Amino acid sequence: MTDAHTAGPFIAAIDQGTTSSRCIVFDKDGRIVSVDQKEHEQIFPRPAWVEHDAAEIWTNVQEVVSNALIKARISREDIKAIGITNQRETTLLWDRHTGEPVHNAIVWQDTRTDALCRELGRNVGQDRFRRETGLPLASYFAGPKVRWLLDNVEGLRERAERGDILFGTMDSWVIWNLTGGVDGGVHVTDVTNASRTMLMNLHTMEWDDKILTSMEIPAAILPEIRSSAEVYGTAKGVLEGIPVAAALGDQQAALFGQTCFAEGEAKSTYGTGTFLLMNTADKIINSYSGLLTTVGYRIGDQKPVYALEGSIAVTGSLVQWMRDQMGLISTAAEIETLASSVEDNGGAYFVPAFSGLFAPYWRSDARGVIAGLTRYVTKAHIARAVLEATAWQTREIVDAMHKDSGVDLTALKVDGGMTSNNLLMQTISDFLDAPVVRPMVAETTCLGAAYAAGLAVGFWPDTDALRANWRRAAEWTPRMDADTRDREYKSWLKAVERTMGWIDHEE
Amino acid sequence: MARTIQSLERAAAMLRLLAGGERRLGLSDVAAALGLAKGTAHGILRTLQQEGFVEQDPTSGRYQLGAELLRLGNSYLDVHELRARALVWTDDLARSSGEAVYLGVLHQQGVLVVHHVFRPDDSRQVLEVGAMQPLHSTALGKVLSAYDPVAHAEATEAAREEFTPHTVTGLADFEGVLDLIRARGWASDVEETWEGVASVAAPIYDRRRMPVGAVGITGAVERVREDGELRSTLVAAVRDCARAVSRDLGAGRF
Repeated sequence: MTDAHTAGPFIAAIDQGTTSSRCIVFDKDGRIVSVDQKEHEQIFPRPAWVEHDAAEIWTNVQEVVSNALIKARISREDIKAIGITNQRETTLLWDRHTGEPVHNAIVWQDTRTDALCRELGRNVGQDRFRRETGLPLASYFAGPKVRWLLDNVEGLRERAERGDILFGTMDSWVIWNLTGGVDGGVHVTDVTNASRTMLMNLHTMEWDDKILTSMEIPAAILPEIRSSAEVYGTAKGVLEGIPVAAALGDQQAALFGQTCFAEGEAKSTYGTGTFLLMNTADKIINSYSGLLTTVGYRIGDQKPVYALEGSIAVTGSLVQWMRDQMGLISTAAEIETLASSVEDNGGAYFVPAFSGLFAPYWRSDARGVIAGLTRYVTKAHIARAVLEATAWQTREIVDAMHKDSGVDLTALKVDGGMTSNNLLMQTISDFLDAPVVRPMVAETTCLGAAYAAGLAVGFWPDTDALRANWRRAAEWTPRMDADTRDREYKSWLKAVERTMGWIDHEE
Repeated sequence: MARTIQSLERAAAMLRLLAGGERRLGLSDVAAALGLAKGTAHGILRTLQQEGFVEQDPTSGRYQLGAELLRLGNSYLDVHELRARALVWTDDLARSSGEAVYLGVLHQQGVLVVHHVFRPDDSRQVLEVGAMQPLHSTALGKVLSAYDPVAHAEATEAAREEFTPHTVTGLADFEGVLDLIRARGWASDVEETWEGVASVAAPIYDRRRMPVGAVGITGAVERVREDGELRSTLVAAVRDCARAVSRDLGAGRF
């Protein structure tokens, strides 16, 4: 970045994300040497449908890799391994002989499989496959998307059953192409990405035949499930000869990049939405609080490490809403200025249940409320309530994780854009009654992929060496007294209650 | 109609007058143009000057509009926006320098720390966001005093406390220090505020080339200095960081 005192060798990470593809080159200390990024088109064929052109994505990936090397002024010999991290659950089928996608990739946000998921739940409902997969039947996950493609692209099922079609999430697509594509490309996925398909059994780490039968998905299209950190193959093209040595879904990569290697360590990524993952070591914890059970990572032939995941649908997007829809601020950062102009929320609570309540409530009949309004309340109090909403929702997920796992959270490691909001970070620490810690490298997702790849090729000896790289950039410690916290939490919960049952009939 | 405050009306009239064709006016010009007694006009001008809305040219004694006016309206940069833009660069500065990084802006009579990155070792450190530093003795404060006229007025008019034997307190000496800072583009504080502590800082500009803040590193004097001189690599890293943040804010390459 600003100085050239870092010297090779390096690890490259490719982040194939929802809005863009990026390549970041890291040095041995985990510092960023160069970055390149390119956005791709978001295709909306119908309301609530979201697709990506996988060919465009592969072109962009090649371009950002070349540019990152040029910007770092290094040649491919300086790169010891490549790691991949990716938008999770986005689903692609392609022809193994031509390398051409048979349809645009169906993006995780796409809800076209809603009805199909209800149908697949039969008389059991959305928890039909939860015991095996850790997931509820919901439109995010890849399995139902595969089924939709097989049902809706003409002649596809026959081609799939003949063995001409390959399925993959974006990690598989990038790795297959990197390692040669039609010319010997390896067809693999890692355990974290496989755990988001609803097709993998968490206990065996293999594709679950029963579920495949239930969803009518031919096993011939499936990639081989591998660990998150091992050499899958060597690259062709721009990166000729470099080992492709890691794959992790984006949130798991952030967990890895934050070096949450011990049981009870958790990270929270604050962006448009928020994803909180907690390492549960070798325990597959069934959630009764609406959390997801997922694979955290697996290094080579070591035992897999599991995780509990909770997400908050509306966090950064609530601040954007305050800016774009309400016009109360002109930039996202100004929410802190406005909120800091008052001492407290003035009695106002904002529950942004814009499309229902998610974990731990799962109430689709809920809608957003601002509660506790009096003539005293100003826009500054509302701004404060906006930030507190993110903090309380974090608290609710942490509480749910504690309830499910019995593990106490010792500290929360945070990353993502909203960590620049000092008041928010302090509020989270106050509401959790636990320290909140920001690491020095903000790009934890790419760093996680680089770490996993580096471990696989011996660039770093073990996870202790990675921990030694971790640097604390800031730490917020709780300042709120217990009485205030308890009283405020009660008020928040009352506000949450008032969101429920707003929509009369669920569709 | 509700009652109005006469002195505010007069102050507004003065600002309009100074914003008009003739940019610099003497006290008697202002008083005559508005039909005020010199003493009354002087009192209002001094108040406006204190608030930064008016500046007085030190040689001619004439008055002109102050930099604080530019902060109002569109050009105002939110400090939280500044922090958000600076985050990546200040992390990198802490990593490359091995020292704690601070970002400060002018607030009342001092420097308000709006962002702080810990020194990248495992020691216990406390987040100092919200803390105030003196203008006349710290590297951040001196950068602001050198480049921001309002900060300059604050630092030169207030009493400059002697924190250590190294603190520069005399006005002429202090102005000399600021001249050197403007010539070099960066400021230092070697045990002038705290014994055993040294800092280096450089200015951050926005897209209007207005100085909006300062960024710098702070550490033990033994690490920051080498053979009696500030380490040139540290100075370069601080200036690189300030330039990178300025570029992010839209200031052209410089």
